[in-house]
Amino acid sequence: MSAALSKKERLKISRNPMPEQEPEKRVCSFDEVPLGYSIETAILEAQRCLQCPVPTCIEGCPVRIDIPGFLALVEQGDFLGAAQKIKETNILPAICGRVCPQEEQCEAVCALTKKYTSVAIGRVERFVADYERASGASELPELPPKTGYRVAVVGSGPAGLTVAGEMIRKGHDVTVFEALHRPGGVLVYGIPRFRLPIEVIDHEIDYLKKLGVEFRCNVVIGRLYSIDDLLKEEGYHAVFIGTGAGHPRFLNIPGENLNGVYSANEFLTRVNLMGANKFPEFDTPIVRGERIAVIGAGDTAMDAARTARRLGTRQVTIYYRRTAAEAPCRVEEMHHATEEGIGFEWLTSPVRFLGNERGFLTGVEFQRMELGQPDESGRRRPVPVADSNYVVPAQVAIFALGFNVNPIIAETSPDIITTKEGIIKVDTKTGQTSKPGVFAGGDIITGGATVILAMGQGKIAARSIQEYLTNR
Amino acid sequence: MIQTRYEVVRRREIAPKTVHLAVRAPEIARKYRPGQFVIVRTHEHGERVPLSLAGSDMEEGLIYLLVQAVGKTSGEIHDLAVGDAFLDVVGPLGRPTPIAEYGTCVLIGGGFGVGALQPIATALRDAGNRVIAILGARQRSLVLLEEETRALCDEVYVTTDDGSHGRKGIVTDVLREIIERAPVHFVMAVGPMLMMKAVSELTRPHRIRTLVSLNTIMVDGTGMCGSCRVVVGGQTRFACVHGPDFDGHLVDFEAIRQRNAMYLAEEREALERRRAEMEESCQVAALAGQTATARQSSTPKES
Ligand SMILES: Cc1cc2nc3c(=O)[nH]c(=O)nc-3n(C[C@H](O)[C@H](O)[C@H](O)COP(=O)(O)OP(=O)(O)OC[C@H]3O[C@@H](n4cnc5c(N)ncnc54)[C@H](O)[C@@H]3O)c2cc1C
Ligand SMILES: Cc1cc2nc3c(=O)[nH]c(=O)nc-3n(C[C@H](O)[C@H](O)[C@H](O)COP(=O)(O)OP(=O)(O)OC[C@H]3O[C@@H](n4cnc5c(N)ncnc54)[C@H](O)[C@@H]3O)c2cc1C
Ligand code: SF4
Ligand code: FES
Repeated sequence: MSAALSKKERLKISRNPMPEQEPEKRVCSFDEVPLGYSIETAILEAQRCLQCPVPTCIEGCPVRIDIPGFLALVEQGDFLGAAQKIKETNILPAICGRVCPQEEQCEAVCALTKKYTSVAIGRVERFVADYERASGASELPELPPKTGYRVAVVGSGPAGLTVAGEMIRKGHDVTVFEALHRPGGVLVYGIPRFRLPIEVIDHEIDYLKKLGVEFRCNVVIGRLYSIDDLLKEEGYHAVFIGTGAGHPRFLNIPGENLNGVYSANEFLTRVNLMGANKFPEFDTPIVRGERIAVIGAGDTAMDAARTARRLGTRQVTIYYRRTAAEAPCRVEEMHHATEEGIGFEWLTSPVRFLGNERGFLTGVEFQRMELGQPDESGRRRPVPVADSNYVVPAQVAIFALGFNVNPIIAETSPDIITTKEGIIKVDTKTGQTSKPGVFAGGDIITGGATVILAMGQGKIAARSIQEYLTNR
Repeated sequence: MIQTRYEVVRRREIAPKTVHLAVRAPEIARKYRPGQFVIVRTHEHGERVPLSLAGSDMEEGLIYLLVQAVGKTSGEIHDLAVGDAFLDVVGPLGRPTPIAEYGTCVLIGGGFGVGALQPIATALRDAGNRVIAILGARQRSLVLLEEETRALCDEVYVTTDDGSHGRKGIVTDVLREIIERAPVHFVMAVGPMLMMKAVSELTRPHRIRTLVSLNTIMVDGTGMCGSCRVVVGGQTRFACVHGPDFDGHLVDFEAIRQRNAMYLAEEREALERRRAEMEESCQVAALAGQTATARQSSTPKES
């Protein structure tokens, strides 16, 4: 192995920054912001890894990528080998390298984190995946003979794609049913192109297609076919439900249905999926305004705000009822938003929306908050400050307050047990639902988490489906 | 299962700017229930627009759509010729209309709503109800599917604003008389917002169960965006997954009317652009010595 460098030499290299588009330039386009490491930078960064005998980083990775293993291959210049190594455990590295919160996962527990700065694992992962894609070398693995079993995957987000990839490699026939006209789930309709280019997603989907996965878009399970139809009439032997949690929350406050008040999902879908940023060349419109207020401070809020900025909005402000310290978004995203001129107002919460006589939003009334006692989540609970209401002008307001679970499957498959909120109950070790032959994973079992957790749950479910099919 | 080409198999111009289409979509034809709808897209740059299912031919694997050209996208759909295809058709969407043995049912249709009423009337008749229909229109030429409706219902009344056909007046005039004459157990109205509101106001004091089918602006139709949200009984509901049918006595119609006007300026812009493009292509066609069959350049591709 690469004993070329001593530990001391490795520690001397400092973490390599990610080259990025300049903020002034990037707010005028939807091109990706981080530009990616060069070959030299990737090798240099990989050299920082100490190749720990007991690598803690792997513990921090929800799918347990052999991190020192792939970093060693990068150091040796074997980028395709590194890609193969990652793909042993993670079939979507180009996506994860871009959207995973590494600073809370592998990089948080990297041996270097405490005294130095962690290896930029995510950036090297992204480099490796991009290198492989650009080389056109992604080899198709040899598939085992067909088993004759058919697996239905409902939803084409990261959970569904993972299950599809695992199952096709076991020799089963796989059909992915997707409600929208394009596969990818939140990766396509939610996460904007300046964070995740469409080529990256399409490449992964094409790869699955090449392996023989059948994608059926425009099919809403629960409406066209029920889960029972799939098992009894359509000849599937097992079903995986990965329908996500994309049912946006509103606050039930006065004026929230005024024109110009959007859920982040609608705002982002109109742009990402329907091309509203290119209206009238594309037919789907979107309300534009001089001032846009975004309510919430998760990744979704950052994405909505940065998208609003790219529609030419001069003043975009994020309003959050707690403080920056409690904001659930990735640090990197808040940093990017700040660079792009997006304002933040902490400790404030909307109480009503104001409109004109034609029903269009003109302003938002907020109330100041302060932090009180900690709540169940351990974060200090925001409490309203008396007589602190104030109005800010806005033509568009975007709710980014998290998601409920989509009701369609629960409503049409009463034998699949859910919580009161509609989250499908599964055995977390297997992904098994209350209905035999039916498994679930991703946001539909957690109520809104991350891409990598959805993939991890997909893997668990795939293993159980395999067991279920072989023990039939 | 092979991806369908959503081809227009039959096309009938049933009134000015109004077409009745039979579109190949065998799975939807087999699976849909009355009251449900589809969302369609005509081309890669196109909008997703909802259309009610106006019936089906299961044997031929066709769904029926009744489309009124009111803007750019509905205009493009109107102009699809036999053999052309939609790019996407997703459905059936929404909860089906609750069908039961109610007794006497009155169905009220205006505009494209008359299409949705066809399968609902059939299902209610099959469930043992007496079904009365009232079709409203501005004038004779705009009365839609009258003959078809007569074939399905026990009684059919037609009203026109100018009296050029049927009774002069509006649908609620007839509904009031029917209610006064004999007990009515179930009312359903599909059509313009004002009509659905007037019907609901009329039946409210009589406490007759009244459903309306809400045509809000939609994007995905799966409950993911909230574009279709409506206020029913003081609660926010999503028309695409909780509806499209709601209790007319609880609906805030004014809020929907305002929301449906959200993109008026953009819609006008899109329509004018399309007109200009069509004029241009007509001129080009004329120059090339062709007949005036020039069609929109955006013929849908198969995916
Ligand atoms: C704006 C935004 C930004 C985010 N940013 C990040 C990030 O940076 N990093 C990160 O790790 N996570 C991020 N997340 C969260 C992450 O995207 C989700 O946790 C993840 O996508 C969940 O994957 P999934 O496979 O469970 O479902 P989803 O990605 O939600 O996909 C579900 C799919 O199922 C389809 N579907 C639903 N119902 C049906 C049905 N009845 N029949 C057929 N198909 C159906 C849907 O159309 C959808 O395509 C973000 C989320 C949002 C909304
Ligand atoms: C459940 C449901 C069923 C419907 N059934 C039918 C039907 O059977 N036949 C029919 O002709 N029409 C039907 N509509 C209405 C139809 O979807 C709109 O007329 C169409 O979207 C207009 O698009 P446009 O580009 O041609 O017109 P635009 O110029 O964009 O708009 C004209 C009017 O249509 C409404 N509208 C615009 N965009 C949308 C959208 N994405 N979704 C819904 N409404 C919109 C607006 O209120 C606007 O005032 C239905 C709508 C719903 C919600
Ligand atoms: S913990 Fe850090 S230094 Fe150790 S193997 Fe993992 S990436 Fe390398
Ligand atoms: S149309 Fe998007 S939620 Fe109903």
